Amino acid sequence: MQEMNSDTILAVENLSIRYRGTPTDAVRNVTFNLGRERLGIVGESGSGKSTVGRALLKLLPTADIKADRMQFRDIDLLNTPEKEMLKVRGRRISMILQDPKFSLNPIQKCGPQVAEAYSNHIRCSKKEAKQRTLTMLESVQIRDPERVYGLYPHEVSGGMGQRIMIAMMLLTDPDVVIADEPTSALDVTVRLQVLDILDALVRDKGIGLIMISHDLNLVRNFCDRVLIMYAGQVVEALNANEMHKAQHPYTRGLLAAQPHIGGPRQPLPVLERRPEWLEDVKVV
Amino acid sequence: MKAISFDKLRIQLGSALILPGVSFDVKAGECFGLVGESGSGKSTVLRCMSLLFHSWSGTISIDGKSVKEMGPFERCRTFQMVFQDPYGSLHPRHSVRTTLSEPLKIHKLDNHIERMEQALIEVGLPVDFLDRYPHQLSGGQRQRVAIARALILEPDILLLDEPTSALDVSVQAEILNLLVRLREEKGFTYLIVSHDLAVVDHMCDRFAVMQGGKVVEVLPREAIPGNEAIMPYARELIAASLQYERTVE
Repeated sequence: MQEMNSDTILAVENLSIRYRGTPTDAVRNVTFNLGRERLGIVGESGSGKSTVGRALLKLLPTADIKADRMQFRDIDLLNTPEKEMLKVRGRRISMILQDPKFSLNPIQKCGPQVAEAYSNHIRCSKKEAKQRTLTMLESVQIRDPERVYGLYPHEVSGGMGQRIMIAMMLLTDPDVVIADEPTSALDVTVRLQVLDILDALVRDKGIGLIMISHDLNLVRNFCDRVLIMYAGQVVEALNANEMHKAQHPYTRGLLAAQPHIGGPRQPLPVLERRPEWLEDVKVV
Repeated sequence: MKAISFDKLRIQLGSALILPGVSFDVKAGECFGLVGESGSGKSTVLRCMSLLFHSWSGTISIDGKSVKEMGPFERCRTFQMVFQDPYGSLHPRHSVRTTLSEPLKIHKLDNHIERMEQALIEVGLPVDFLDRYPHQLSGGQRQRVAIARALILEPDILLLDEPTSALDVSVQAEILNLLVRLREEKGFTYLIVSHDLAVVDHMCDRFAVMQGGKVVEVLPREAIPGNEAIMPYARELIAASLQYERTVE
């Protein structure tokens, strides 16, 4: 049993998720603690990393979630009824999604969408919600917030759309932010700006960040700790700056398969998937 | 081996001028990269060349012959394109056999079975995959089928539009290795669009940096690690990619 010390915001123990009608668990025995830190979850498509993120917010109506513990501050997420979850989602735990093109409402102007996310949770006048929104848009480095407030999502670029999403998700001062591939739809030049903004806000506000990504490079540069998932299990947990000390052959394979600038032009090492990786592993 | 030459390629779609005038040359047998942000027109260049867009002006020529003067048969047997997303570029209700036999029928070629099996072997798939449908294949296998489809008419040039950006890193490595091997074996000329400079560095001899529909600078691969670009935008792009990779030794 892991102790929940005062720094721990979120404690998850033996989380297993099975989509109804499928024979196997999509996620098995995932255990981790989150403090005021940046935790990365890395894996290939289908490894269950996004499913973990969604399960924390109980956004999986077609799956059964089992766990020994899913404790968020004073709230036991496992046994919280849906009505109470509404007060957690977007207020105390919020989620940034991959592609602003699909996650912003296309027929509502950007500003009011952000303001709505605020006024849904916090009683305030319309004027105050707008004022808060403008300040927040400014803090995600949108230069002309008044103008952007009145634009539709199709009128803003991908990078700006993602910054609007970040503004929306951080406006309610959440304790935990789950970022599910927040930059994979963006260009390299814009990606760094968006990451810097997210990083600064997370640090300033002392938010716990869960960064879900398939990009090992991003995670090792950006996070404090990294969980590596394979076929629904966490196969290894590492400090981001100790990534080169990875033991599990899957992690090492992933690291080696990535081409590097200035790397030798030999054939890239290809990942040999071993059946024993599917067996239950215990990661402390 | 065939060379490609782009001269003052210009295309306007509606009121938007997508490419104001793009000129560059790809040498015979070279692997040439096109990099730039989304919306910079790099895929449009490939789409113009393969006449998926018709309304362009300027010239695109292969060994001196304009692609607009080639008939569709000659064009398809000179170059083929591999698309970004293997989940979208294969017909979901066509088996691999149908997908691969269609071009053979159109071009009235013989020995269908041998050619199809040969193409699958070349991309590293077992021949019994002929009777599979796309939903029975993984992303990497689908992209291999898409490459097999491009190979089956034995072209000299392959146009690769972000061939690995929809794939996981481990699968990307397999596909990149395959593309490198095929070029060594068959002497293809590659024109590859990518937003990932690490991929460009791994694959290409030279590359062009595009911004807002213009070629900003053409650089050799060796210019990436030391950021030897001269134009400000090219420098910025390379610097961002290097920074993104910074902790990787």
